[in-house]
Amino acid sequence: MAVFIVRRLFSLAVTLLGGFTLLFILFFTLPSDPARVIAGGNGRAPSEAVIANTEKRLGLDKPVYEQYWNQLKDTVTLSGESFQTREPVSEMVTQRLPASLRLAIWAMLIEASVGIGAGVLSARRRNSLADTLTTTAAVVAGAIPVFVLGYLLTLVTGVYAFKHNWPEWARLPTLSNDYDPDKWFLFIPSLSQVEILIQPAIILAAVSTAIVARLTRTTMLEAQTSDHVRTARAKGLREKTVSRRHVLRNALIPVITFIGIDFGTIIGFAILTETVFQWPGLGSKIARAAGQSDLPVVLTLSMVVMLIYGLANLAVDISYAKLDPRIRLGGAK
Amino acid sequence: MSDGRDGFVPDLPSHQTGVGTPLGALGLDVSLTEIGPSRSLFEDAWRRFRRNKLAMFGLFLVVFLILVALFGPLFVQDPTKLSKTYLEGPTNQHPFGLDNKGGDVLARVVHGIRLSLFIGILATVLETFIGVVVGALAGWYGRYVDSVAMRFVDIMLGIPYIILAYAFITVLGRGVSAVILTLAFTAWLQTARTVRAGFIQVKQLEYIEAARALGVSGRRIMLRHILPNVLQPVVVLMAIGVGSAILSEAALSFLGVGVKPPNPSLGLMVSDAQSFLSSAPYLFFFPGIAIILTVLGFLLVGDGLRDALDVKDN
Repeated sequence: MAVFIVRRLFSLAVTLLGGFTLLFILFFTLPSDPARVIAGGNGRAPSEAVIANTEKRLGLDKPVYEQYWNQLKDTVTLSGESFQTREPVSEMVTQRLPASLRLAIWAMLIEASVGIGAGVLSARRRNSLADTLTTTAAVVAGAIPVFVLGYLLTLVTGVYAFKHNWPEWARLPTLSNDYDPDKWFLFIPSLSQVEILIQPAIILAAVSTAIVARLTRTTMLEAQTSDHVRTARAKGLREKTVSRRHVLRNALIPVITFIGIDFGTIIGFAILTETVFQWPGLGSKIARAAGQSDLPVVLTLSMVVMLIYGLANLAVDISYAKLDPRIRLGGAK
Repeated sequence: MSDGRDGFVPDLPSHQTGVGTPLGALGLDVSLTEIGPSRSLFEDAWRRFRRNKLAMFGLFLVVFLILVALFGPLFVQDPTKLSKTYLEGPTNQHPFGLDNKGGDVLARVVHGIRLSLFIGILATVLETFIGVVVGALAGWYGRYVDSVAMRFVDIMLGIPYIILAYAFITVLGRGVSAVILTLAFTAWLQTARTVRAGFIQVKQLEYIEAARALGVSGRRIMLRHILPNVLQPVVVLMAIGVGSAILSEAALSFLGVGVKPPNPSLGLMVSDAQSFLSSAPYLFFFPGIAIILTVLGFLLVGDGLRDALDVKDN
């Protein structure tokens, strides 16, 4: 087990280094050089001297391998500074990482509870109205862009609710300007923060919830017809015991795997949701920084996201072995 | 020689293809026929596909939207022509209303669908080509080629998709061709994995050994003996890929790094409608629904193909 974890951590480090290098190469082969973009903010046309100065200040005049080394060092030690604002990147991480994690955790909770619930219901009452609704919703949800869904929701809660005098609880703020980290206990929001959390969390969870519901339905149906379940029934176990101990437990292994892996994906994909609701997380910052050629910010924050993604995958593989005794880690062939 | 394959491949359906141009297919119907003149399989799959109501609905959507993309522009006005009035709700003259600059929303949606399909299909063809080539080489040569290629795929998959696409598009610049290249460069990973797995599985079957014993060249074995047998899941991935490419294009345009403004991109239209959500919700509804229907069509067809082609299940 320990060997397995060490090996996986090593491989994660290699992946992170590879990802860093790839992003570095991509951003540093930009046709328009960052110094020009940064010196020429607000439509100014900077003189060559100003550009040269900016290049020097940002260390962009050095040879590429030296820049690579400097950026790598800054990223690993979290000591980089924004090209644009000189703000330390470490500060951004400490501010924005909790916001991202909070949103992702709530999205995952919604995804797990609603998705598994709908899937189980759908499988138990096959071909019922609830089943048809779930499967249809699961298919359609995959086709709706996150931002269309987000605007649709804000149209209801932020526009119609006010226009038609809906009850107070249905009126929600469309933006997350009131996000206040002091009003949170770990990932538990105070009442006033629930208001701004609820919409982005639902939107971020929507697509994954649909996938989880569909996956749960399929695995439940498969498990219901498997041999060991037939044996359990033949033994005379009560239907309740059969479905709880034999069907559900086996059916949920792939579902939990998916949810775990999806945690990383959710953090990555939060860019769109965060942009719609202006949630102050990593994603919206990465998007803005990439648009401004703010390389240290993009590189460091992306690495943070990739690290979480990798750790989530590792956690899944470990819990996998715990859930399913047939799986042994550590490569005994 | 290759006619005798049926008996040798228990797991995989045998089908011969026009191997020279496996990727030349732009539309689904073409790719379907490409699975093989071996009528029985095709007819079998089509029969199963036809029984699937959702898949048929998807096919109907895809055909309808392709018709809209091809012939729609003949019936609507120029999407760049601006009326003197603006922000006008749906009327007889402008069934989908006028946007904030006075452009006809219907015309813009029709041209937007055309652009979305163009980008989605072209990106998918390119992506499939890259994926098949990388996957085939990795699966066939194994060893270092395989490790390097799959390590690279792992790294790319480790970077969240939007960040990866963002990085590519900042290099390639904005515009239609840049979007197509970005989508292709970031979406081939799944195809490569699938093709590699297929190659590794088929490579060790007896009929490949037989072909080798007969002295068939490696290239010919790859192209004529293995490739046709691993393309089936690729067809499914292609159908779904068009849908996801259209979604990603809309997302990139929405984030402001996709297609440039004078082009009528659906994602851009939704993004522009943001400021008019309360005063003119139709600006948001029509392009939003157009994206959903387009993506939904391809996803349903992909799902239907997967079920129809899955021989083991039937």
